[in-house]
Amino acid sequence: MSTPLEHDYIGLSETSSMQRSSEKLPSSSSSSNSSTELNNNNNNNCSNKNKTCLNFKETELRLGLPGSHSPERKPPHGVSLFGKDIENNTNGFSVTPLKNIVSGAKRGFSDAIDGSSGNWGLSINGKSEADLCKGGVLYSPRGGGLDDKSKIIKEAAGVVPLSPKPTVQEKKNQVPAANEPSSAPAAKAQVVGWPPIRSFRKNTMASNLAKNSDDAEGKPGYGCLYVKVSMDGAPYLRKVDLKLYNNYMELSTALEKMFSCFTIVNSGHCDSHGFPGRDGLSESRLMDLLHGSEYVLTYEDKDADWMLVGDVPWDMFTDTCRRLRIMKGSEAIGLAPRAMEKCKNRS
Amino acid sequence: MIMESMRKKESPSSVVSTQFPDEVLERVFALLTSHKDRSSVSLVCKDWYNAERWSRTHVFIGNCYSVSPEILARRFPNIRSVTLKGKPRFSDFNLVPQNWGADIHAWLVAFADKYPFLEELRLKRMTVSDESLEYVAANFQNFKVLSLLSCDGFSTDGLAAIATHCKNLTELDIQENGVEDKSGSWLSCFPESFTSLEVLNFANMSAEVNFDALERLVSRCKSLKALKVNKSISLEQLQRLLVCAPQLVELGTGSFSQDLTTRHYAELENAFNNCKNIQTLSGLWEATALYLPVLYPASANLTFLNLSYAALQSGDLAKLLVHCPSLWRLWVLDTVEDKGLEAVGSYCPLLEELRVFPADPFDEEIIHGVTEEGFVAVSFGCRRLHYVLYFCRQMTNAAVATIVQNCPDFTHFRLCIMNPGQPDYVTNDPMDEAFGAVVKTCTKLRRLSVSGLLTDLTFEYIGTYAKNLETLSVAFAGSSDWGMQCVLGGCPKLRKLEIRDCPFGNKALLSGLEKYESMRSLWMSACNVTMNGCRLLAREMPRLNVEVMKEDGSDDSQADKVYVYRSVAGPRRDAPPSVLTL
Repeated sequence: MSTPLEHDYIGLSETSSMQRSSEKLPSSSSSSNSSTELNNNNNNNCSNKNKTCLNFKETELRLGLPGSHSPERKPPHGVSLFGKDIENNTNGFSVTPLKNIVSGAKRGFSDAIDGSSGNWGLSINGKSEADLCKGGVLYSPRGGGLDDKSKIIKEAAGVVPLSPKPTVQEKKNQVPAANEPSSAPAAKAQVVGWPPIRSFRKNTMASNLAKNSDDAEGKPGYGCLYVKVSMDGAPYLRKVDLKLYNNYMELSTALEKMFSCFTIVNSGHCDSHGFPGRDGLSESRLMDLLHGSEYVLTYEDKDADWMLVGDVPWDMFTDTCRRLRIMKGSEAIGLAPRAMEKCKNRS
Repeated sequence: MIMESMRKKESPSSVVSTQFPDEVLERVFALLTSHKDRSSVSLVCKDWYNAERWSRTHVFIGNCYSVSPEILARRFPNIRSVTLKGKPRFSDFNLVPQNWGADIHAWLVAFADKYPFLEELRLKRMTVSDESLEYVAANFQNFKVLSLLSCDGFSTDGLAAIATHCKNLTELDIQENGVEDKSGSWLSCFPESFTSLEVLNFANMSAEVNFDALERLVSRCKSLKALKVNKSISLEQLQRLLVCAPQLVELGTGSFSQDLTTRHYAELENAFNNCKNIQTLSGLWEATALYLPVLYPASANLTFLNLSYAALQSGDLAKLLVHCPSLWRLWVLDTVEDKGLEAVGSYCPLLEELRVFPADPFDEEIIHGVTEEGFVAVSFGCRRLHYVLYFCRQMTNAAVATIVQNCPDFTHFRLCIMNPGQPDYVTNDPMDEAFGAVVKTCTKLRRLSVSGLLTDLTFEYIGTYAKNLETLSVAFAGSSDWGMQCVLGGCPKLRKLEIRDCPFGNKALLSGLEKYESMRSLWMSACNVTMNGCRLLAREMPRLNVEVMKEDGSDDSQADKVYVYRSVAGPRRDAPPSVLTL
C-alpha cells in the first residue's frame, strides 16, 4: 500500500505554501511517533505566534486504516477531498474511521478547540478566523477557496450518543467517491428513525437527489453543477462546474485552457453577448476548418438530445445541460451549418 | 362566551334552579365546536351532559385505543364526523412494528350500525385496508370527507372504490401515507355525473393519472376550492387545469420544470394571473429559477407557502418572497441556507410559522443547510413567530436566547440538531441554557422538541417553567432518572411524552404513576426501563394500558419499547405477538 501523501485543503494552497517554508512539515512517510513530536512542536510554535499561524498537523489530511493514528494526534474532523488537482487518486476513503477516531479522541478534540482557539488563525480572503477554523469539509473550490458559508460542523464533537444502547443500524460500509457526493449514502452508522423525518419525505428527497445526480452529477441548490466534458480524441474526460461561469465566453475560455493540450481551435472571437462569434475567423481557424478539424462545443440536454452550445440564454443552458462534448467539426455537420457556410463563403 | 351567558342565567339569585328544556340546551350547544369546550360543558351537570351528547356531531379521539366504538356509540348517538389518531407518533420514524394495530375496520363496522349517516372520516396513523375503504364506499350513503395522513395498508384500489361509489364526496385528501400506488386509474373512476368535489389532494402519490379525466373532473366540479396534484402533472397540464379552475384557494402544483415554449410560458403566466384567490401554494417539485416568476402575480394573497419539496437556493427564494407580503406560514428546505432565511426575515413580517426541512439529512460530508444564524435572522424580522420546526447541524445557546427574546410568543418550539448529542458548537457547553431560555421566556409554550447535548438541567428547567407544556419529545438527552422525574413532577398540563435513547430507568418511569392517568400517552424506547418496572406500573395502575414491544435478540429483562396510555376500554385484544400487554 502506498504511503499516504499529505494534501492541502483546496484553496489553502496560497497561504499554506507560504506557511510551509516556515513550518517545516514532515515528509509524508513519517511514522506516527515522529509525527506526534512534530505535532507537539507545531503546537508550541503556534502558541507563540498569533494570527496567521496555521497548525498544519491539525489540518493535515492523512490517509490510513482505522486506528492507525496515534492517540495524541488530534485528527481532522470531517475530511473530504474535492477538486481537480489532487495527484493521488484519493477519491475513495472510508468515512467510518473518523467515527472510531472521534469516539476515542473526543476529549482530545475539545481540548484542541479550547487550547488553541486563539491560534487557529487563518486569514484567507478576509474571512473570520472563527469561520475557517472549525476544520472539516471544503466543498467545490471557488475563488479563494472557502466561501462564507463554510460553517463547518464539528461532527467529531457530538458523534457519540449518550444513551446506553443506541438503536444503531449499520449501513453497508460504502465508500463515497468524492466526485459523486449524492450517489452513495453516508458510510457512517445511521440511527433508526433519526433525524425524525417521515419516511415519505425521506424517500422523496432521496430519489430527487439520486435522479439529479444521475442527470447532472451536481447537487441541486447546493451552488455547484459539475458536468462531464468530453473531447473527441482526448484520452480522458474532464469535469467543469457550470456555476462558476456567468456566460458562454467564460465557459469557452475555461474549456480552452482545460483542453489546450489537445489542440483546440482558438475561438476567442466572441460577439458582445458572449456568444462565440461566427465572424472574425482567424487564419488558423480557417486552416483547421479546411482540414475539417474545427471543434464545435455541444451539450446533451435533459431530453438526451445533442444541442449546439450558444442558442439559449445562459441560465436556461445551465438548467438543461447534462454533459458537454467538444465535437469535431466534421461530425458537427447539421449542428452548425451556418458556421460552415460562412467559412466557405469567406474562403 | 356562550357558556358565560348561560352561567349568568343560572345565577344564585334565582331561587329555583332554572331548567332549560333540553331542546334549547341542545340548540345552544350545537354551536360549540371545540371539543375541549364540549368536554367542559359535559361536566357541569347531568342535564348538560345529556344535552351535550345529543348535540355533538363531531368527535375527536386522540388515541384510538383509549375508548371503544361501543362506548363511543353509547354516549354519542348523532355523530357525523370522526377524527381518529392511532399509532404512537414515533411510528412515523419506523420505531413501531409494522403490524402494531390501530386498524380502522372494527370502528367502521360499529359506525355502519350506529352512524349510518356518517359523513366525515379523518384518520391519522391508522391502518386502513382496501377492504375498509370499500366498506366505507358501500355503507355510508352520505359520505363526504375522507382525509388520510400517515396511514398505511391501502392501495389505489381502495381509492377507486371511494371514487366510484361516494356520490356525495366533497373532500378526498390523501396526505403523506404508505399507500401502494398501483396505478393512477382510480382518478378516472369518478363518474361523469359527479360534481360535488371541493377538495382533491393526491400530491403525495406517484402514479400518473389520466390527465383528460382529471381535466374533465376539475371542469365540472365548480365548487372545487383545493386542488393538489402529483408530480406526474406537467406545467402545460397545470396551465390547463388553472384555466378550468381559477377560483382555487389552495393549489398544489405538479412538476415545476419543463422546457416550455415562449407561448406556453406566457399562457402559464396568464393562468396564474387569473388566479386571484390562491392562499395556499405547495408542490413545486423540481422548481427552478426559470419558472418561479410565473407565480408572482398569484402570490399577493398567499398565506401558506409550502416549498418543502422544492430545492430552492437563497436567491430564488428571496425573489419569490418579495411577492408574498401576507405570508404567515412558510415551509422550506434547508437548501435556501441562512441567506434565504435572512430574506424571510426581511420580506415576511407577518410570519407566524416556519418549518425548515433538511434536504439531505443523512449526508454528513456536505456541510450546507441552515445554521443558527438563519434562525436568528428570522427572529429579528418575524416577531410574530410562534411555531417553528427547525432542522440544523449546529446551534448555540446564545442564538436560542436571542431568538426567544425576539419572539417570546412561541407555542411550538421544535428544534432538531441533527447530530445526536451535539453541544453548543462555539462554547462546547450542553444546550441546557438554550432550552432553559425557551421555557423561561415562552410562557405560552405548548409543544417542545429538544435536541443536542442535554443534561438533567434542561429537564429541571422544563419542570420548573413550562407550565403550559402539553407535548414533549426527547431524544439522546438527559443524564439520569432525575431529568424525567422533573418533567413528570413539574408540568401540570403534560399530555404526551415521547422519549427515545435516554438514560431514564424504572425510577423515572415509576415516579409518574398518577400522572399518566392525566396524560394521553407515554412512549419510552431504548431507555433503561426493565420488564419488572413495567409490570409494577401495570399492577399499580389498572386503568393504564402498559404495552411493551420486544425486539429480536434483546435481553429478556429489558423493555425495549414501552407505550403507556390511559383507556376506558381496557387492554386491547388485537395486539400482535410482539406487543405484550402487561
